[in-house]
Amino acid sequence: MGAQLREYRARIKSAQTTKKITRAMELIAASRIQKALGRVRSSAPYARAVTHAVSAVATYSNVDHVLTTEPEKITRAAIVVFASDRGLAGAFNANVLRASEELATLLHGQGKEVVYYLIGRRAVGYFSFRKRGFEKVWTGDTDEPQFATAQEIGETLVAKFIQGEDEGGVNEIHIVYNRFVSMLTQEPEVVRLLPLEIVEGVEDPGGTEVFPLYEFEPDANTVLDALLPVYIDSRIFNAMLQSAASKHAATQKAMKSASDNADTLIRDYTRLANNARQAEITQQISEIVGGADALSSAK
Amino acid sequence: MADLDAHELHVSVVSADAELWTGEARQVVARTLIGQIGLLAGHEPVLGILAEGEVRITTPDGEVIAVSAQNGFLSMQNNIVTVVAGAAELV
Repeated sequence: MGAQLREYRARIKSAQTTKKITRAMELIAASRIQKALGRVRSSAPYARAVTHAVSAVATYSNVDHVLTTEPEKITRAAIVVFASDRGLAGAFNANVLRASEELATLLHGQGKEVVYYLIGRRAVGYFSFRKRGFEKVWTGDTDEPQFATAQEIGETLVAKFIQGEDEGGVNEIHIVYNRFVSMLTQEPEVVRLLPLEIVEGVEDPGGTEVFPLYEFEPDANTVLDALLPVYIDSRIFNAMLQSAASKHAATQKAMKSASDNADTLIRDYTRLANNARQAEITQQISEIVGGADALSSAK
Repeated sequence: MADLDAHELHVSVVSADAELWTGEARQVVARTLIGQIGLLAGHEPVLGILAEGEVRITTPDGEVIAVSAQNGFLSMQNNIVTVVAGAAELV
């Protein structure tokens, strides 16, 4: 009997310790979400300016660029997976990995070869556990993405895109990341990065006004040459920031439910422990009473 | 384009992770790949790639704000000037 009670107490203790840890992680994640969201917000003017400029070139000139032209035949596609470095974030990594698997199946179905670029140790773990190859990996700053990393990724991808197909280049690049919808919802988002499709941000010149003439310095081609890589970097940076914010939100949610579960466990085990203690007392009393009875009837 | 009488430009300087400066200005001088360009209110829409060097923004009070915008670009439309660079810095 005493053994059982001791076991319950040990379990309560361990649940309490776990709860302390998960509660701390929840609070840390909560404070980091705000910071991450702040970074998403403050990077918005840049993304807007870049998108606007690219749209302006696309709208007010008729330049064909290698990054915007649809190749006739796509044989190889790249998928860039934005996961995180750490787990303990609920379905965060599973979601983004599942979305990329679905995309890969789709691309395979279209007869395309798929190569992977991974961001975050979790994605690397997933791929190496399944003994699957990947092209390149970036880890270490998924919690607080740096623009320099985005530029590095962008450079690598553009170089790969421009490279000839026979030398291992790709014709298509997709990115898969978790988009921050709200504190409670983060949705995996699949976007085709290259060839570019620019849809947003074009300012309507207005019905009556004259179509504005744009002056490009030095010329539309050079401007586009310089702008498109910047646009890609900004898209990648945005995906990294969104992913970071989503990761913190997912961690907070996961850790909150872990703390709640620990609470439930503690309550259940406390009840069981009380039961066991009471049973022990009852038994002791009945032993004493039984003993006294035996003594008095023996006289 | 609508506001040709305005004598002021609305300028914002934007880097990858923040809007560094925003405000009214009388004049913006920058160096693009083919040379210096000076922008006053009412200038036609421009999109230029910046060369090395500073962008100088003159505010209505005559104060000059210098920005280093490596590998950036500058766009102007409707008297709104945006100086954009991944690593822009106020000097």
